[in-house]
Amino acid sequence: MKKTITLFINGQRYSHEVEPRLLLVHYLREVVGLTGAHIGCETSTCGACTVLLDGKAVKACTVLAVQADGRFVTTIEGIAANGSLDAVQEAFWNEHALQCGFCTPGMILTAKQLLAREPNPTEEQIRHGLEGNLCRCTGYQHIVNAVQAAASRSGD
Amino acid sequence: MIPDTFDYSAPVTLTEAIELLSSGAKALAGGQSLIPLMKLRLASPQHLVDLSRIPELSGIREENGVLHIGAMTTHYEIESSMLLRSACPLLPQTAGRIGDVQIRNMGTIGGSIAHADPASDYPAALLALDATVRIAGAGGFRTVSYEDLLVDSFLVALEPGEVIVDIMAPVDPPNTGTCYVKAPQAASGFAIVGVAVRAVKSDGVVSSARVGVTGLAAKPFRARSVEQALGGTRGTDADITRAAALVGDGVDANSDLHASADYRKHLAEVYLRRALRAALI
Repeated sequence: MKKTITLFINGQRYSHEVEPRLLLVHYLREVVGLTGAHIGCETSTCGACTVLLDGKAVKACTVLAVQADGRFVTTIEGIAANGSLDAVQEAFWNEHALQCGFCTPGMILTAKQLLAREPNPTEEQIRHGLEGNLCRCTGYQHIVNAVQAAASRSGD
Repeated sequence: MIPDTFDYSAPVTLTEAIELLSSGAKALAGGQSLIPLMKLRLASPQHLVDLSRIPELSGIREENGVLHIGAMTTHYEIESSMLLRSACPLLPQTAGRIGDVQIRNMGTIGGSIAHADPASDYPAALLALDATVRIAGAGGFRTVSYEDLLVDSFLVALEPGEVIVDIMAPVDPPNTGTCYVKAPQAASGFAIVGVAVRAVKSDGVVSSARVGVTGLAAKPFRARSVEQALGGTRGTDADITRAAALVGDGVDANSDLHASADYRKHLAEVYLRRALRAALI
């Protein structure tokens, strides 16, 4: 039996009738049309589907859309305000923290939550905080550099 | 990777949840174990009852020296709780080692212990803490020790229609040392072996020692021979080495592609020594 759900995604209200088995990542990509959350492993491992649910990083492939009913979702499409890049996006660009870019939306959202919880993280805290996001290109060093750069920039 | 169809309810009261569960529905907590199983169609429940909208299942509070942790409290909430960090640091330390941050943001302690994965982290800590579990059902509430809740791999002593309400653990008395360490499986982070220790010293002598072991056997267990060997000693390095050597005795250890039974026992001894040193020295 379908359920009507209402979500607040990137500041906009969406209401749809969905099957309970619909995963949040499929809802975002196929119903709402926001394809920034990527489908990688589909087994809750790679973190490419990471979005913020009420400000917390979650793997949207392991959350049912109905679980997010009434809650706030932030996807990568929602973090650049008025056309200017978010501090973490800017830092990923400057520090060459991506090659193919597949993991980047998830990496950036997890990094944003990390910095919200710990504005001046150590390298170890950054690496621990990004454990749930896999990158198969860069070897992580540039990603860690980018998070450090974003932290010091927002501390200016 | 799409689950089979099911009905979904999100009750806001415990009574309503129990009614639904009594008629054969399956409880959904954070979903971090259940949803992957459903995607693989290893589980295909016909009706899910989402417990996340029931207020009394969440939150952490202290009452008369006892900590009450609501079943729907997330691993992250436990990891970051200032109350637990000061009153019972073993739980935040353990919660902080579960999976990754995304999983800790969604996954709950009640869901984890009801799922009873034999390689999960909480069992070691909850056994070392002598934790108890309050359960609600159609007939009211009952409280059982966490140890008695454990039946076997992926099996706990919950009747149909019952739901875990909260987990209770004592506030650490003075001179308590605790530690959780694990050998994580590299890909999943689950414990190949995980060991939790809670030891109390008075006048330099170990007056109480509790050791919980996860990952080693089909069912997490308390290493009573180790606890007894430590009791009454001064908890020196030599005492620790002697006691830790007993951890695998008579245990029917798990064996899989990550670690043979003998290697698991070896890991348990090594990690137990580390945990005991951290807790006692």
